[in-house]
Amino acid sequence: MAKTIEEINQKIKDGTAVVLNAEEIIDYVEEKGVKAAAEKVDVVTTATFSPMCSSGAFINFGHSDPPIRIQKAWLNDVPAYAGLAAVDVYIGASEQSESEGINYGGAHVMEDLISGKAVRLRAISRGTDCYPRKELETFITKDTINQAYLYNPRNAYQNYEVATNSSNRTLYTYMGKLLPRLGNATFATSGQLSPLLNDPFYRTIGIGTRIFLGGAQGYVSWAGTQHNPHMERLPNGTTVGGAGTIAVTGNLKEMSNRYIRAAIFQKYGVSMFVGIGIPIPVIDEEMVEFLKVRDEDIQVEIIDYSVQRRNKPSYGKVNYGQLRSGKIKINNKIVQTGPISSYARAIEIAELLKEWIMSGKFYLARKVQSLPSEDEYRSLEILSREEL
Amino acid sequence: MKKKKLVLSFPEKIVTKPLTYKLVKEFDLEFNILRAEITPDVEGKMLIELRGDDEQINRAIEYLENNKVSVQEAGKDIIIDRESCVDCGECTSVCITGALSLDKKSKKLVFDRDECILCELCIDSCPLKAIKVKM
Repeated sequence: MAKTIEEINQKIKDGTAVVLNAEEIIDYVEEKGVKAAAEKVDVVTTATFSPMCSSGAFINFGHSDPPIRIQKAWLNDVPAYAGLAAVDVYIGASEQSESEGINYGGAHVMEDLISGKAVRLRAISRGTDCYPRKELETFITKDTINQAYLYNPRNAYQNYEVATNSSNRTLYTYMGKLLPRLGNATFATSGQLSPLLNDPFYRTIGIGTRIFLGGAQGYVSWAGTQHNPHMERLPNGTTVGGAGTIAVTGNLKEMSNRYIRAAIFQKYGVSMFVGIGIPIPVIDEEMVEFLKVRDEDIQVEIIDYSVQRRNKPSYGKVNYGQLRSGKIKINNKIVQTGPISSYARAIEIAELLKEWIMSGKFYLARKVQSLPSEDEYRSLEILSREEL
Repeated sequence: MKKKKLVLSFPEKIVTKPLTYKLVKEFDLEFNILRAEITPDVEGKMLIELRGDDEQINRAIEYLENNKVSVQEAGKDIIIDRESCVDCGECTSVCITGALSLDKKSKKLVFDRDECILCELCIDSCPLKAIKVKM
């Protein structure tokens, strides 16, 4: 029996909706079967808490007197992009401070704004007839500015890869510190809890889907950059590599530092842990088939990051169950594994979202547009104008 | 039988003295050198695990201190800032001895001091800079 989102929202309103997190649904289906789950369960909450470099915030400061048309801006010495209207900027998570380098970046600025700290704004302009001011230095907090909202162009990768290093030196990467001679292996995503692995063909997650973003209610605003649905898939629909991604938006002023956290990858750069929770409506039995996915049913490729090329060699595949055991085998060598995404924080988000829904604080939103199923993933070739 | 993990700091003048030998000979202690950075002319550091009678261990510590070796209990110097830690588990991949691990049930970070050999590989692996060592 199929359920509509309207019917589920009515149940949420009545306080009768049955909500499980993506871990609980596994045991539920095991015990009671797919049919019963489709009938009894209304929503399954999925979540992830992971470093997501492609994140940032639009900020509007309000106008100073005399006003300025900002051409270059710095927040706590971190450059913000100002090639927009007079007092609009975009601060990217991975931008570094001009005075503190890798130790402070755009992600820290957002973290400081969220926690209510004062942030120093510095701006310059050439001055115009309508915006005569040429320089500006002041302090702002999230309460003194007009808007501050996250717009993250690529978050919540459907799946990722395992990173390891066969070279003789330690590598410092966005997948963390990789010890020499296959000394360790790191992996990302929350696996069986991960939003797009629970809705692998994007049946319910699309543009307009209401989500948990950094502790606030936000939305899927577009397909993420590098969204690439044409990846190798297992019979259960899960992708073996990155595949789907989403762009997300939400009000930074309502967020919490428990779910947005600046990260520093040594000798690599600044990134930001973003907490995302996505409710998946249990619309039919087919949806349950996807939602029952377990870590053991999701595979990832082991990639050698010591090859500094676009295409890196693979050591084959492992599943998340093996990765979470703390040890995998690569080339007959036992290699220690560790995640860079927090499963503990992801389950906390899935639980919090569950509470919001059960207490009528969060309603499901039907997607207004599906994520593209046809996009191609392109590489950048170095060409002359004639070769193009 | 007691087990105790200690960090010994040797000032440059006594680096050449066979002090650990005395621990066996005089105090009947078993010892396991987990890490050592000792070169003449500079201060040396050694992470050592002592096994033996409680009384003997205390006497050995007294002996070392009388010989100008500074003795600190190891493990106490590793600090994990739980406020900063998000339990991602990245540090567990570089922890050779398994002192850092994720709890099977809660998936939260657990630190077992007894297993730590103060190799410090975890320090710069932490994206939250939540792990610090004070030697």
